[in-house]
Amino acid sequence: MMSAAPRTLFEKVWQRHEVVPESASAPAILYVDLHLIHEVTSPQAFALLRERGLPVWRPRRTLATMDHSTPTETAQVFGGAPIAIEAAAQQVRELERNCAEFGVELLPLAHAERGIVHVIGPELGLSQPGSTIVCGDSHTSTHGAVGALAFGIGTTEVAHVLASQCLLQRKPRTLALTVTGKLAEGVGAKDLILYVIGQIGVGGGTGHVIEYRGPVIEGLDMESRMTVCNMSIEAGARAGMIAPDETTYAYLAGRPRAPRGAAWERALEAWRELPSDPGARFDRTVQVHAGLIEPMITYGTHPGMVMPIGGRVPERGDAAFARALDYMGLAPGQPLKDHPVDVVFIGSCTNARLSDLRSAARLLRGRRIARGLRMLVVPGSQQVKRAAESEGLDAVFREAGAEWRESGCSMCLGMNGDLVGRGQYSVSTSNRNFEGRQGSGARTLLASPLTAAACALTGRVTDPRELLGGAP
Amino acid sequence: MRPLQRLRSRTVVLPDGNIDTDRIIPARFLTTTERSGLGAHLFADWRYAPDGRERADFPLNRPEARDCAVLVAGPNFGCGSSREHAPWALLDFGFRAVVSTAIADIFRSNSLKNGLLPLIVPESEGAWLLAHPGAEVDIDIATRILTLPDGTRVPFPLEPFAQHCLLEGLDELGYLLARRGAVEAYERAR
Ligand code: SF4
Repeated sequence: MMSAAPRTLFEKVWQRHEVVPESASAPAILYVDLHLIHEVTSPQAFALLRERGLPVWRPRRTLATMDHSTPTETAQVFGGAPIAIEAAAQQVRELERNCAEFGVELLPLAHAERGIVHVIGPELGLSQPGSTIVCGDSHTSTHGAVGALAFGIGTTEVAHVLASQCLLQRKPRTLALTVTGKLAEGVGAKDLILYVIGQIGVGGGTGHVIEYRGPVIEGLDMESRMTVCNMSIEAGARAGMIAPDETTYAYLAGRPRAPRGAAWERALEAWRELPSDPGARFDRTVQVHAGLIEPMITYGTHPGMVMPIGGRVPERGDAAFARALDYMGLAPGQPLKDHPVDVVFIGSCTNARLSDLRSAARLLRGRRIARGLRMLVVPGSQQVKRAAESEGLDAVFREAGAEWRESGCSMCLGMNGDLVGRGQYSVSTSNRNFEGRQGSGARTLLASPLTAAACALTGRVTDPRELLGGAP
Repeated sequence: MRPLQRLRSRTVVLPDGNIDTDRIIPARFLTTTERSGLGAHLFADWRYAPDGRERADFPLNRPEARDCAVLVAGPNFGCGSSREHAPWALLDFGFRAVVSTAIADIFRSNSLKNGLLPLIVPESEGAWLLAHPGAEVDIDIATRILTLPDGTRVPFPLEPFAQHCLLEGLDELGYLLARRGAVEAYERAR
């Protein structure tokens, strides 16, 4: 008997979810295990169902949260003050109404488990190895950190999943991204993924699912893996995945919505079959040496415009590059180090988990942020917030002079009124430095939580290694 | 979905690469719960000065751009967020096709679901189109051929299923609903 051809992690998950495989004339029908929705990209999908008189077909496979346009001020979240932005308030009410009408579970604004959709999925143990996860949000790639196939969809597709639990999909190609060597002190998952995007480019992963592998990836904790997978979309990739291993199982064990008892044992057995087989073929391979990576910072208007924090802005001739630098108020050849900073934002589905907050607090403890600088710390979920408070991180941030908020997307996309002013420089732990992303005319420098904290202390772009006491 | 079979139009050109969906429609306009009316906010931070006046030098604001249905842009158009508001805004403004040498995955998929054609051209034709704003092009969905003003015929890739849906104005939801029996069988068998 011939043994089956070796398969990649992606292929195994894909094949297990093919209701109908793809053919020359039609895409595959792919089954969706977990569908996450939020207030901004779902209203028009429910409207479509209503128009056609359709129910939500498998309501138990959808979970709703509120994060994108929701307030982060305590009184607006827990009552006492109305939601300041009326359009956001309306989206919140509409999601409540839609979930009630269609029988979908909702974590409402004041719920203890509410948070950014890509933070709560893994945190609740809902995001599981080998499953398919979709959400009307491009950073759904985050959930790939547990070995799931997770990707963002548009609103019409949200309606498709609500109505049929399926999507029509062409099979993407695979890219193996192997990271060897060792990350230096002061260099973390955010620096690693920014470096990778700088290497392969913001369109470099288009049409592909990236599997991150190799000793450095295996050595990352789960939250760091989430940071890496989160920004796969910033390289244009459809999804990012990491093979599940003991780190994954230890993270998931005992989470409220993870399987328990005999079901856990059965799940574990199936999950152990998932990693790519030896000899499995990828459509593309890329190698990265971790030892070359320094703390990274972006200087332009997409995440691929990135450099080591001690570097100089590159010199390039094309008009788009010049326009981007003009928007940023920077010149070719200029160093970024010591450039003044107005705002520091620690938050988003990339870097607002407990380990990220700890990393920032490590530098801020017992110190004050620069005079005149505004620093906003927005935990990724209400559970992260409580965990941080129980170890006193909120006090560290407050005493340093930062604002400590309720969870949400906040300044990552500035829908809820948390905005960076025109012309201001913001060092942000989020994932996008697009023009206007954090507010009209806002200038975003993306960096790790450690780097962001260092910049907050000095009010200037600062290499965190200088404050860690090590040699930069 | 409005069917799309053939398109003859002059082009509007935005030569930048990596035009992201935040640029196509900034997040502050996503607070709507409707699909319509987004054309007014298309490329808002580019098209309007901070005081709200139209910038005369922005290509979409030129009088001849008003009745153009084809947008030509630099590579990796539509990267970034999954917001379907981006194709909704483009369609509401009057576009029916976006032409580039590379188009981001989610934007591409969202466009097809709304009758906006994401059209990929080879480097050389892409460079020519970027250099010739206002060129009159002909796009035939049935033959998957874009014809340049000098008669050059440029075949473009379009998945047969997507092509069929565009030509007939069909949406995928009906197709999926018709196969719910297969989905139930799949659920039972797992
Ligand atoms: S935190 Fe930012 S990137 Fe993440 S889901 Fe929210 S808006 Fe999107």
